[in-house]
Amino acid sequence: MRTLKFLLRKEFLQIFRDKLILRMIFALPVIQLIILPYAATYEIKNITLSVVDNDHSEYSRKLINNLTASGYFQLVDYSKTYADALDQVEKDKADLIVEIPEGFERDLIGEDETKVLIAANAISGQTAGLAVAYANSIIKDFNNDVRTEWNQQPRLNAIPAIDITSSNWFNVQMDYKYFIVPGILALLVTLVGFLMSSLNIVKEKEVGTIEQLNVSPIKKYQFILSKLIPFWVLGLFVLTIGFLISFIVYGIYPAGSFWVGYIFAGIYLIALLGFGLLTSIYADTQQQAMFIAYFFMLIFILLGGLFSPIENMPDWAQYLTYINPVRYLIEAMRMIVLKGSGFWDLRFHFLIVIGFAIVFNGLAIRNYKKTV
Amino acid sequence: MEQLITFIQKEFHHILRDTRSMLVLIGLPIVQLLIFGFAITTEVRNANIAILDNSKDEVTQSIITKIESSQYFDIDRSITSNDQIEEAFKSGKIKLAIVFQQNFQNELSHSNKAQLQIIADATDPNQATTLTNYLSSIVRDYQNELNRQNKLPYTINTEMRMLYNPQLRGAYTSVPGVMGMILLLISAMMTSIAIVREKELGTMEILLVSPMQPWLVVISKVIPYFIISLINVATILILSVFVLGLPIEGSLFLLTASTIIYIFCALSLGILISTITETQQAAMLISLLGLMLPVVMLSGYAFPIANMPTILQILSNLVPAKWYIIIVKNVMIKGIGIEQIWKELLILLAMTGTFLIISIKRFKIRL
Repeated sequence: MRTLKFLLRKEFLQIFRDKLILRMIFALPVIQLIILPYAATYEIKNITLSVVDNDHSEYSRKLINNLTASGYFQLVDYSKTYADALDQVEKDKADLIVEIPEGFERDLIGEDETKVLIAANAISGQTAGLAVAYANSIIKDFNNDVRTEWNQQPRLNAIPAIDITSSNWFNVQMDYKYFIVPGILALLVTLVGFLMSSLNIVKEKEVGTIEQLNVSPIKKYQFILSKLIPFWVLGLFVLTIGFLISFIVYGIYPAGSFWVGYIFAGIYLIALLGFGLLTSIYADTQQQAMFIAYFFMLIFILLGGLFSPIENMPDWAQYLTYINPVRYLIEAMRMIVLKGSGFWDLRFHFLIVIGFAIVFNGLAIRNYKKTV
Repeated sequence: MEQLITFIQKEFHHILRDTRSMLVLIGLPIVQLLIFGFAITTEVRNANIAILDNSKDEVTQSIITKIESSQYFDIDRSITSNDQIEEAFKSGKIKLAIVFQQNFQNELSHSNKAQLQIIADATDPNQATTLTNYLSSIVRDYQNELNRQNKLPYTINTEMRMLYNPQLRGAYTSVPGVMGMILLLISAMMTSIAIVREKELGTMEILLVSPMQPWLVVISKVIPYFIISLINVATILILSVFVLGLPIEGSLFLLTASTIIYIFCALSLGILISTITETQQAAMLISLLGLMLPVVMLSGYAFPIANMPTILQILSNLVPAKWYIIIVKNVMIKGIGIEQIWKELLILLAMTGTFLIISIKRFKIRL
């Protein structure tokens, strides 16, 4: 026990000695947690709109008015022809074109049918889909207005209608920040823990101090523990600061229990740090360790469900996410913070990260022997 | 000149000897692009939902069949009462629940109005909206089929056209994004770490007292990574065209030239990082912990910049990837020429210049 105490003292001293690194470990996550969630919004407000009005009638003007009054669209251009409008899209000046045909009002009233063209810059499919959907629903509303205006009898009500009501649970205001903040927090804790631990042993290798440790009577588990504990403390510290910022900046207070969150993150960190140590044991130089860390980090993040839901991935990718520890932390954080899920709801998550912790650390302890 | 070539050769040997790093550097873009191209979609698939059918009549059955056959949803049948819904949400089993009112069919045929409730797990608001919209439109389709005989008067039909990407494929957004992200992160990380490494190991001083000029030393270290970046660009482009089926509508020459400018920008950012840090650890923390998320989130790749608060829109101008992504979208997908992207190119060049000037200044102070 005394040996471990001395080893830990040494590790902590080493971390605290480098003021720049210490500052970065705290400042970078804090700044990002404060700034970045504001960038994550799919809510669409300023879709730039180019209108081609070939009708110049009362109705066409009214429709354009409805579009611009909705708040989603910003009318930036009136083009004479569709080709001119297309040019605006090409120049990135407009995202959406609405073309009203000649005889729009006449056909609508006289022929009972007319057509409006909506064209969207679809390089970003999601934005285009939403923009078109908004435009469509505004046109539908306009259409209904026209119908009520021309229909004396309420004959529309004679048609059977399914009344769909929808409600949104756990995030009633539909605020994307509530969703993204716990996810980013999970990611930042992961980055700090993983990057620091993956570089640690390899640094001693590169500088040559590891040989001194190897010839000393230090036990293997003591060595691994002395490498694990400081970063574990660091990770939980970053988590605490993150919780504080979530509360102060975003007013997010976990619906579930803090304890469940901390215990889960604690076990998760043991698993993650084990993986970092394993990377460190395998790599020969810090440079190599960094590239390997980068490789795994990116894949973990991409397949972690931070931005894109895992259910939407093809089967093979979903299987891959099962062996991605980051996925479980992101999921657990969101469940605890937003839904108030407890131990029982998270039992499988717990079992899996415990499994990860055993496997990674077991491998780390076993493989470390070889380098002695 | 001969000295420079010998130096570059030496650096190359260093890099080539480390096969693990080489594998990561060349393999990562491939893996990443494939994951992005195929796995990351905004399309809804296999969403787990629960249906609570309090009516169990013909109409509700046919609506359920319609939902089932849509392939967007997997129906979880374990829920039989209202109380179990919250439980199922909390354990993460379902994303959405549909509740049919009692006597659904009767209500529909007699009072012309039947109620259906959709409850979504809005932890992910985006996903909740999408799923609710999909479901509503399936129900509405069903209803339209019921009402086919009644043609509505005064109808405005809409024709929709999705420009440049008619099938709304995710790769059209992700490929430019991945190119912007991967080239920036890999290039910046490679150079920053390579130079700091020499500092940390003490070999930099030896290099600097050699007859080579300091900036030549730096260049000789950067050139091999420049070549690796070029290999990465080539693999990314080949994969996007032949595996992901993306077009290259514009000039390949213009695309390559812009990419080279962007790589220079990223490499000079790496040099800058290496001049402000002393250890590899610090360089890595800046280039990974400091750059990864901001580049993903502020480059306009994951989230549209136009929707961000003004301050973040201004901040996003500092992210080189933002400008490069605009260039790639314009040249590669829209097929536009230099007249539309010269501004972005100039900005990238200005950034490169700024990074280099600051680096040289700091570098001199250190000597």
